[in-house]
Amino acid sequence: MTQAIRSLLQTAAIAALALTPARAAELTTVRTDQSRLIFVYQQMGVPVEGAFTRFSAQLLFDPAAPNAAKAVLDLDLTSVDAGSPEANDELASKLWFDTKRFPTARFVAERVTALGDHRYELRGKITIKGRTRDLTTPVTFTPASDGGLFEGAFTLQRADFAIGEGIWADFGTVANEVQVKFRFVATAAK
Amino acid sequence: MNQQYTRTAIGLHWLMAGLLAVIFGVGIYMHDLPLSPWKLQIYSWHKWAGVTAFLLVLLRLGWRFSHRPPDLPSTMSRPTRLAAHAGHALLYLLMIAIPLTGWLMSSAKGFQTVYFGVLPIPDLLAKDPALGDLLRDIHATLNFLLAAVVAGHVAAALKHHLIDRDDVLRRMLPRRGRQPNRNS
Repeated sequence: MTQAIRSLLQTAAIAALALTPARAAELTTVRTDQSRLIFVYQQMGVPVEGAFTRFSAQLLFDPAAPNAAKAVLDLDLTSVDAGSPEANDELASKLWFDTKRFPTARFVAERVTALGDHRYELRGKITIKGRTRDLTTPVTFTPASDGGLFEGAFTLQRADFAIGEGIWADFGTVANEVQVKFRFVATAAK
Repeated sequence: MNQQYTRTAIGLHWLMAGLLAVIFGVGIYMHDLPLSPWKLQIYSWHKWAGVTAFLLVLLRLGWRFSHRPPDLPSTMSRPTRLAAHAGHALLYLLMIAIPLTGWLMSSAKGFQTVYFGVLPIPDLLAKDPALGDLLRDIHATLNFLLAAVVAGHVAAALKHHLIDRDDVLRRMLPRRGRQPNRNS
């Protein structure tokens, strides 16, 4: 009898294991081709939009257990499009991103807090130009049949990362606040 | 016969002349500056001044239509009169077209014009770098055309003053109490 129960439990356990991938709930892949990372900064009071076109992400996100989520984003700073070729060249220089020494920026998620209704608070550390700061951003998750969409926006102070030194350090022409907006499409498929 | 410009018309004329000279000079100076905060500042000032000039030309046209300008001297031949009217029409046309092309080129290049950094002027065009370069060339060409027409305008005024010895130049000069209608 006990043998039968053990056998039954084993079968159930194997079935549960087999079912886990079929549940397809854990999102592991960010579709960078469908994702967008843009930023808006003020130049002489004029909002100018820019974008990063190359980034890669490692993700583990289970909507059923958001607190266990893991996420790392690596951003290729040389892929910046700040609105004009002239601005892109300038941003690569030592005064801005200094991409020769610091070609990538990285965000590492540390804590995800569910706020309900598919809204989350994401905390982590962001490193740009060798400087690491805490970052908190709201994230909204929109589930889809084969994954979902993460969207959010936060504001960085460029001076925290020495982005724009020397003649650019004054905020009169280029404001300190940079609004970052992200839209990441994630799927369960590898 | 109407012989006088109003003080307002004279004031607007010289204000415009001074403003256009400054904006034109700044435009030539700034167009190939290397990127720096100074460049961003002077571009913004150029745009704000251009918007101001556009508003001033509208004000001038409104004033001109509601206050008839003095007649041309009766000594002028018919072709010369036509040339004078055509020259003035072209000046007004360029004073309208140049700020408009500047505004459109800003939009096409992806930099909205925000008047004095506070009043956003809507973008009529979406960002389109190729169109932006085309509009930049049109903006520059119209400016050099304006410079040529202004040179003709000045030459004509001097010809009236020095050769024809009429009052065409004098009546546009700021008054110094020698006019009969000082309160106009």
